[in-house]
Amino acid sequence: MALNTDKNSYTVLFSVIMVSVVGAILAYLATGLKDKITENQRFEKQQNILYAMGVHNNTDESSVNFIPTTEVDQRFSELIKGQYVIQDGEATPQEDAFMIDLKKELDLIKSGRDGKLPLFIGEQDGKTYYIFPMYGKGLWDAIWGYMSVDETLTITGVYFDHKGETPGLGANIKMRFFMDDFIGESIVSETGYTPIEVVKGNNDPLNSDKSDAQVDALAGATITGNGVSAMIKESIRLYEPYFDMVRSLN
Amino acid sequence: MPLLSKKESKLILDPLADNNPITIQVLGICSALAITAELKASVVMAISVLFVLAMGNVVISLMRNIIPSKIRIIVQLVVVATLVIVVDQTLKAFAYELSKTLSVFVGLIITNCIIMGRFEAFALGNGPWRSFLDGIGNALGYGVILIIVGFFRELLGSGTLFGIPVLGDPIAKTGLYAYGYENNGFMIIPPAALIVVGILIWIQRAKNPSLVEEA
Repeated sequence: MALNTDKNSYTVLFSVIMVSVVGAILAYLATGLKDKITENQRFEKQQNILYAMGVHNNTDESSVNFIPTTEVDQRFSELIKGQYVIQDGEATPQEDAFMIDLKKELDLIKSGRDGKLPLFIGEQDGKTYYIFPMYGKGLWDAIWGYMSVDETLTITGVYFDHKGETPGLGANIKMRFFMDDFIGESIVSETGYTPIEVVKGNNDPLNSDKSDAQVDALAGATITGNGVSAMIKESIRLYEPYFDMVRSLN
Repeated sequence: MPLLSKKESKLILDPLADNNPITIQVLGICSALAITAELKASVVMAISVLFVLAMGNVVISLMRNIIPSKIRIIVQLVVVATLVIVVDQTLKAFAYELSKTLSVFVGLIITNCIIMGRFEAFALGNGPWRSFLDGIGNALGYGVILIIVGFFRELLGSGTLFGIPVLGDPIAKTGLYAYGYENNGFMIIPPAALIVVGILIWIQRAKNPSLVEEA
């Protein structure tokens, strides 16, 4: 029997069935995989925070190697001694503060309301690390990261990531040669806070000058680089009161 | 009996050379320009498209007699979007690292004109097995060009292949850089891909003049 596929009633029927079938498949898939995906995201955040703190499995000069997902939960609870939420100028301890959606909180702050800012204090080999998250815009989509500073507010490590920057250009913000440049720069000078800037033509591609609060930009990725600068600036501005406190302690 | 008949192997081999989706049909150029700054990204994109195109062609081919012709483009879009979401979610759950590398490309696959082109031109009029082969062939033809372009752009633009330095260290001036060689920054921006694809088209048509369109 030849099907008359040109009839309107058939077209409507077909659409309804197709949408139901596709919807059912996708809904089933989404609910079935949700737990697994959340767990992966949780591990990833823990890995990123530890990476910024300098806890990683890097074996050479060029590749990024995280703590394996099988160990990360345990290492995280061992090394991160405090997870705080800063709200209303008050820092209160909160478990799983790393699962806070920073984008939402920053939107709240932008609209004049109170947002929660997470902060992590890590300890390893007698040293204390203050780790804060960052979130901003690259060329195509979101960029984010974590920065870790010691009690003199010198950067001990950073981790950047992005949603969809161009491979080979903006996507290189998560490469070692870019991230490692930040280590040793200070976010404070005698004149005030100095958010690290990503600049072109500072004639310092090896970043041997650690006092200029500048790192060398990525060729061909101007907008992503500017996004990184803006993101660091914004985060440091928000955490300023807290840094004041850290400085007064030492 | 050989595994593939003559006609069937033609389905795979044709798109690799004389009917290449990029250099002859000039389809799928958008992704070829956007993601070929690195060899790794090119390979990953080639594999993703291979999977989606082969599967999609089979699905469309199985449905070809019941799809209402008035809404066939929408049906094709739904099929490719569903496949892409299934792939994306599965990767996120079971191969999280890989899914992060892929993130942007998976979305790009939906907009790849080669996919819709093959659904429309082939799968709607042919059986599942032949459609499957056609999908594999066209995805390979696309992938080969992507990988060639990615190879030259990463090598000349960054001096690396798969992220591994092959020409020495540009900052410490070792290897080729010791003799004054410099990376060509132009190669890592998208217009360079257009030039590389253009050169490939030129070489291909110079070798086989029958491919040249009449002016």
